[in-house]
Amino acid sequence: MKRQFADNELDTSLSRVDGNEKVSGAATYSAEYAVPGLVHAVLVTSNIAKGSITAIESREAETAPGVLAVISHLNAPAVPGWPALKQPAERAPVGTAFRVFYDAFIYFDGQPVAMVVADTQERAIHAAALVRVTYQQETHQTHFERNVKSAGIPQNVQRSKNSPFQDYGRGDADAIAEAEVRIEAEYTIPTQHHQPLEPHAIIAVWEANDKLTVYDKNQGVKSAQGQLAQAFKLPRDNVQVVSKYIGGAFGSGIRVWPHTIAAVMAAKQVKRPVKLVLGRDQMFTSVGYRPYTAQKLRIGASKDGRLHAMVHEGTGQTSMYEEHLERTVLATRAMYTCPNVSTRYRLLPLDVNTPTWMRGPGDATGMFALESAMDELAFALKMDPLEFRLKNYAETDPERNLPWSAKSLRECYKLGAEKFGWENRQIEPASIRRKGMLVGYGMASSLYGFHRHPSKARAVMRADGSVTVQSATMDIGPGTGTAMTRIAAKVLGLNAKKVKFELGHSNLPDAPGQNGSATIPSVGSAVHVACEALKSKLIALAVKMSEAGKSGGQVVVTDGQGVRNGRVFGSGADDEGVSFADILKYHKLNELEATEESKPGPERDQYSMFSFGCHFVEVHVNPLTGEVRVVRVVTCADVGAIINYKTARSQSIGGVVGGIGMALMEHSEMDHRFGRYVTTDFASYHIPVHADIPPIEVYYVDKPDVHVNPMGSKGLGEIAIVGVAGAVANAVFNATGKRIRTLPITPDKLI
Amino acid sequence: MANDQTNASPDASNEDRRFFLKQSIAIAGLSAVPTGLLQAALEPDDGPVGNAVKIQLSLTINGKRKRISVDPRMSLLDLLRENLGLTGIKKGCDFGQCGACTVHIDGRRTLSCLTFAVMQHGRKVTTIEGLSHGGQLHPLQEAFIKHDGFQCGYCTPGQLMSGIACIREGYADSPDEVREYMSGNLCRCGAYPNIVDAILEVKKEGLKV
Repeated sequence: MKRQFADNELDTSLSRVDGNEKVSGAATYSAEYAVPGLVHAVLVTSNIAKGSITAIESREAETAPGVLAVISHLNAPAVPGWPALKQPAERAPVGTAFRVFYDAFIYFDGQPVAMVVADTQERAIHAAALVRVTYQQETHQTHFERNVKSAGIPQNVQRSKNSPFQDYGRGDADAIAEAEVRIEAEYTIPTQHHQPLEPHAIIAVWEANDKLTVYDKNQGVKSAQGQLAQAFKLPRDNVQVVSKYIGGAFGSGIRVWPHTIAAVMAAKQVKRPVKLVLGRDQMFTSVGYRPYTAQKLRIGASKDGRLHAMVHEGTGQTSMYEEHLERTVLATRAMYTCPNVSTRYRLLPLDVNTPTWMRGPGDATGMFALESAMDELAFALKMDPLEFRLKNYAETDPERNLPWSAKSLRECYKLGAEKFGWENRQIEPASIRRKGMLVGYGMASSLYGFHRHPSKARAVMRADGSVTVQSATMDIGPGTGTAMTRIAAKVLGLNAKKVKFELGHSNLPDAPGQNGSATIPSVGSAVHVACEALKSKLIALAVKMSEAGKSGGQVVVTDGQGVRNGRVFGSGADDEGVSFADILKYHKLNELEATEESKPGPERDQYSMFSFGCHFVEVHVNPLTGEVRVVRVVTCADVGAIINYKTARSQSIGGVVGGIGMALMEHSEMDHRFGRYVTTDFASYHIPVHADIPPIEVYYVDKPDVHVNPMGSKGLGEIAIVGVAGAVANAVFNATGKRIRTLPITPDKLI
Repeated sequence: MANDQTNASPDASNEDRRFFLKQSIAIAGLSAVPTGLLQAALEPDDGPVGNAVKIQLSLTINGKRKRISVDPRMSLLDLLRENLGLTGIKKGCDFGQCGACTVHIDGRRTLSCLTFAVMQHGRKVTTIEGLSHGGQLHPLQEAFIKHDGFQCGYCTPGQLMSGIACIREGYADSPDEVREYMSGNLCRCGAYPNIVDAILEVKKEGLKV
């Protein structure tokens, strides 16, 4: 039942179908399309956080060699999907996505205020430096702690009674006071940025006055197509979005951002294809981030370790013009059995750009706090933290009072603890030293909600029996094409080499964007049913062929039992079957096609659906310098059936690496005098490097969840990171006796 | 508003050129540039480029000799990606902090975003496109596929160029050594353990790199 990821499974796994392109440099990312007549754009950004533009002196830039245009709100082509500017102009009301080059208002530092287009990149960079912008500055508020008292209930939530972000309570809200043992603590995570290795980039090409093609870095070609069609008032089919290879995104590509619109505008203005690549510094203010979030937890239990009450309050930051909501406090309602639970979520608007979802959005933040608090309470109870979690294991969803569609978290705990050697942990902190280092063990649980969206896929068999499967899904890194190839090959009884999967183009069948760990559940299901439909057609044609007695000397397939090795078989023991190619040949078909849509059904109301997991971490802390090294990680997940071990394992490892970054180093620091990030590159915004990452062991409880979809498979992207930061913080406490509640856990907090 | 460099008076552009060269020599240490190159610089082949002139240089890229005229402000990385269509090597940060742009110059791993193209006159440059021969992947490329040493693939060409150098330099004898000598190459997807496995395997098998 429990399958660990062993070497032999690596061998039976499929290697990435695009591996060859990626290792040879042949994979083409958004900025790399050789479009004839291409010109280059560079953004000029604001250096105040609030106020308005009073003048833009652009003559010097305009007359610089090679410059084709300097675009700003003073001369930008109208975006027909936006309302005409009111006079006198007013600041955008809450709920308005930032409109680039629309008016003179400044909402955040780093806001695009002008754009230079020139024939070469060097000339565009030079000319951008010649643009002088003057402002009328207003007092900005960017400091979270100083303004947290102004946090309130999001307008969005005030309007919607059924919003999951409404204040929540079950049982008695005051029960925390009666708990025999209780803790109260505040946890903070600072702003953190996705910073994928590939900067966001776009090439915008107006093929005709009403036809637009963009090569764009995003996480959903169909959604980008829709948003661009809406902004530029074009028929949807007149907009093509090509995003075949994406150099990581982690959430930063879920929306169409202002710079994308700016490039499309510029291409319209100069009547040439325009390329815009964001600078690494611009990546801090252009494509969202994990919001600064403060949380307060009060949790209490009986002396024997049964949770009695949990109160979880969270406040996240957002911009002045949009409300970005996260699941921060929601996990606390469902994670453990507890009779009295209340949660509260508030938002604090600041003069910053809007945050967005970043890997494990809300849950990675909330579970850092909850899993730290659980560790604190276990310590107060003098109880093993794993035992404490098992004692409060939720057999059904305590929030919705529904059975889980499947939950094997107990198996995860057992497997992880065994592989890690959890029994060697000492409850008393700082009790193990090795080579002068303080050794600590920590663990945390993980959960992530299951998401499945309607998706379509098309499967086409060619005369030679090979198959092409298509869907407008994406691959930002997990290996979508590889997993889909595996699903198709399995359903069709074909060697994976005979299957080709196409993605990342808006003219393919509808699919959701790649986010919320929903790709395998959604698109995988569509691929599954499309290939099932193709298989049925093949079997029907094979039977017809046999009925006519013309199966070309092959054993007659009377009942078409199934497919194997590229052939349709009957039920006879000696049945040699008939090859797919022969079936098509006999019926004089050049190809055979099936397009299907797959969507979730009533099971969503009958079951509560989550992925679960846990992480075990060993840290070594230098008692003199406070340096924390993660030396070993065991991660274990219950995500239903695993489609392809090799790529799944890499995704789990990647989540742990992201979690180590979140725990120990990632911190976007702002100089509040200017409302400006001072971390604007990889020298100041630290992400893990090779030397920071130890061996990571990955295990799965590979048991299909029969209620979620035809493969019984849930997503993996988010669950891999949720909880990791908590496990690291708990290990640091175990090593040092110091409880660090504000991430990242840097040496200054330990000495 | 569009304009053309021909509008600039010849005198003004000469002024610009001289000023740029003086500045460059003083600031960027161009004094090390061969005199032939400076001569070439004084004879712009197609006019001024902003406040600079194009400079002729000759380079061997993936075994092929090329004569190119470039804007002196152009990094080697931008020359490869924007002018020569060698987009295999990536721009991650443009500050020498991520390693995605790693190429080999005269066999040594170098961050191509941190060096001007004009500084590489006469040198031999190898990019990711120059690794495989006749469709046959380099052993480390094969090992990356086998060990799944990448996800999104964007840092991969740089990891490969660094990984090969790491083996050649003799720093691939233990996991810790590989981790240390590969730490200039960032991977946000977190493929690090698989990359280390791939490098160690190629080194252990004694394959020619």
